[in-house]
Amino acid sequence: MTAKAKKDDGILHLSIKDDMTIYNAQSLKETLLGYCHTGTKELQLDLSAVNEIDSAGLQLLLLLKAEAQKRAFTLRLLRHSEAVIEVFELLKLGMYFGDPIVIPATWKKS
Amino acid sequence: MSDINPALETFSQEVDELLSAMEEALLGLEGMPDDADCINSIFRAMHTIKGSSGLFGFDDVVAFAHEAETVLDRVRNGERAIDAELIAVLLACKDHTAQLIQHALFNEDEALPEALQQQSLALITRLTGQAATAGMPTTQEEKADHFEVDVNTTDSSDNWVISLAFKQNALRNGMDPLSFIRYLQTLGKIIEVIITMPTLPRIEEMNPEDCYLNFKIAFNSSADKKTIEDVFEFAEDDCAITILPPHSRQEHYLKLLADLPEDQVKRLGEMLVEIGALTEKEVSIILHEQHDEEHADKRPLGEILVAKNILQQPVIEQALKKQESVKQKVNKESNYIRVDAAKLGYLINLVGELVISGAAMRLMVDKHGLSDVDDVASTMSHLVEDIRDTALQLRMVQIGETFTRFQRVVHDVSKELGKQIQLQITGGEAELDKTVVEKINDPLTHLVRNSLDHGIETPAVRLRAGKPEKGTIQLNAYHDSGRIVIQISDDGQGLDPDKIVAKAIVKGLIKPDQILSKHEIYNLIFEPGLSTKEEASNLSGRGVGMDVVRRNIEALRGNVSIDSELGQGTTVTIHLPLTLAIIDGFMVEAQKERYIIPLSMVEECVEMSSDEWQIDEIQHYVNLRGQVLPYLRLGDFFHKNKKHTHTQRESLVVVRFGDAKAGFVVDELHGENQTVIKPLGKLFENLNGIGGATVLGSGDVALILDVQGLIQHAKKRVNPALALSSMV
Repeated sequence: MTAKAKKDDGILHLSIKDDMTIYNAQSLKETLLGYCHTGTKELQLDLSAVNEIDSAGLQLLLLLKAEAQKRAFTLRLLRHSEAVIEVFELLKLGMYFGDPIVIPATWKKS
Repeated sequence: MSDINPALETFSQEVDELLSAMEEALLGLEGMPDDADCINSIFRAMHTIKGSSGLFGFDDVVAFAHEAETVLDRVRNGERAIDAELIAVLLACKDHTAQLIQHALFNEDEALPEALQQQSLALITRLTGQAATAGMPTTQEEKADHFEVDVNTTDSSDNWVISLAFKQNALRNGMDPLSFIRYLQTLGKIIEVIITMPTLPRIEEMNPEDCYLNFKIAFNSSADKKTIEDVFEFAEDDCAITILPPHSRQEHYLKLLADLPEDQVKRLGEMLVEIGALTEKEVSIILHEQHDEEHADKRPLGEILVAKNILQQPVIEQALKKQESVKQKVNKESNYIRVDAAKLGYLINLVGELVISGAAMRLMVDKHGLSDVDDVASTMSHLVEDIRDTALQLRMVQIGETFTRFQRVVHDVSKELGKQIQLQITGGEAELDKTVVEKINDPLTHLVRNSLDHGIETPAVRLRAGKPEKGTIQLNAYHDSGRIVIQISDDGQGLDPDKIVAKAIVKGLIKPDQILSKHEIYNLIFEPGLSTKEEASNLSGRGVGMDVVRRNIEALRGNVSIDSELGQGTTVTIHLPLTLAIIDGFMVEAQKERYIIPLSMVEECVEMSSDEWQIDEIQHYVNLRGQVLPYLRLGDFFHKNKKHTHTQRESLVVVRFGDAKAGFVVDELHGENQTVIKPLGKLFENLNGIGGATVLGSGDVALILDVQGLIQHAKKRVNPALALSSMV
């Protein structure tokens, strides 16, 4: 499993431990879908371990955000990895997801 | 221009005043940009100029003033702020208007010169182009909900708008839309990205390996459309791409459109590709789509481009306008080319020389039996023939214009003489050589005046004779066997043969006991010094006219004849060659001498065999299929003093002139020949039976026969009774 979850009062914390690419998009989608149930009040995604994200991965994040709006739970993205930040910057998505992005001190934008 | 009419003079003064008022007001505005009086005065100036120009039909001025007026109206309504830039443009507009009016006043009916037209377009672009950008409100995109954004919303700020709609299989095909956008970054700055997923199904059914992503990117870059399009080159198959240029580009395109050369009509797509507003790829895709549309509702290219958000409406409109103006210009140019007549004459001369040297080449080819050169030579002969015809065609004008000039003459003269006369014109579309038209004008005038003066009677006389009060003169023209026939007929009193004979006897032209046919009697009036009118009027009747008319017409290798019925009217018929320069000839040989017969007059060629034609050697006629045909031995005719032996087989060339026919007996037929007519010198002017000469390819000279004269001659030699029957 690429993600691991903690459950606490309807707040789900999920760390994605793998890349978010077309290659694992299928399984990732199923995992994420599994957490989108009625009991969920908040879904926290830890993206710190995402070393690579492509269009398929991004598509899933967008999908999840839309789903959260539909089901009225909060989607919170935490600890964006550099790869994620780069894509968000590129597409000006920071505002859309609305989560604070912490740029680590060891930012090694090359 | 001295004969400028009073109304135009007033107009010109008024415009001057208005324009100086406008200039003053514009300069005043520089100090006080909000002065309503100044703005009103400028608007009024343009408005009035537009109105008055419209009255005089100065369309170019109206079109330009209208644009300026529109902009000024917006300024007046506070929709557009006036600034130094606008004032400068308006001043330029004022100067330009003055130029346009000068042109309209002094070059009536002439098309606007290109420089002025260009200036008009450029100024209009400066006026309205800015208006378009300034007037467009810049809206902020809603950022709150990306998914609700309409795909067709255009970002109106100064950016390219790139729309990417990826297809479902894009990801599976190895495309990563992000990588294209990353690459795009190298060309400029991505201002805004809107991601939409219009086809997204419910999350349960969504296949994460499908691509649902659509991007709309506001992109700031100075790169051209082609470069931007190339970024997405590899995505082409899996992505629908539209690239809408920014508004600043739009202005740029408008300017480029205005600067496009106006030498040929281009298709809309070509024009847009040329200025860089479209890429070749876009055009081919759109054309393909257009082709696939249902036949009934095929939309024009421009409409599709706007509907598909590839280009903005104003660019398309401007391009279409430009296309239209070029079309008109090209049309105008192709309709009228003024060429110096001397240049044309020079061309015709050169063509004449070309024909001769072509014939010389032909001769050489035949002489040396160069069979492989033969084909080339034949092709060239054909081309030369075409060139000849076309060159001669250039000088052809319709005779109608010459005819209509007589309306005025008839009108004036009939008033002066107290007669009621109408002029009927038919066949005005018949064409003939311009030089012939010019030279026929004087004889025609003379003949028409004769009809007016001598032919048509006064209303009282006409009524007594039981004819309508109003007399009619008819001018008619038609083509007949390579010549043009002009007829002037009236329904007047006609010629009195007895009077003519009496006068001719008095003048010593004929002997009292001479018997003449009616036709011969009438043609006596072409003899010098014969006029039947007792009193000379100031128009005609001085007895120096008809002979001059005949001489003039014969100088053109034409001829004139007259027919009349006493009390019924008179008809003068003029036969003229269509051209004076080059004709299709038929070359024959008699007694080692070559002659040219105008091909259009040759009816047929038969063998001169006594068994078949019952040749009457004494009376000089043959029985050609039951028809009495006078004939002439060309050899005998031109070499009277030589003794000739008719050993070889002879040929009979049957020629026709009008109703008259005759046969020429020749030794040999050489066939068709392009004949460049060289006039004979003064010395030979009165030679019987010769109309001119031509130079053959071999350098020899061949004489061109005066067929009409020879026919007359042939007829005289046969019995008059037979001659008459042959004419029927």
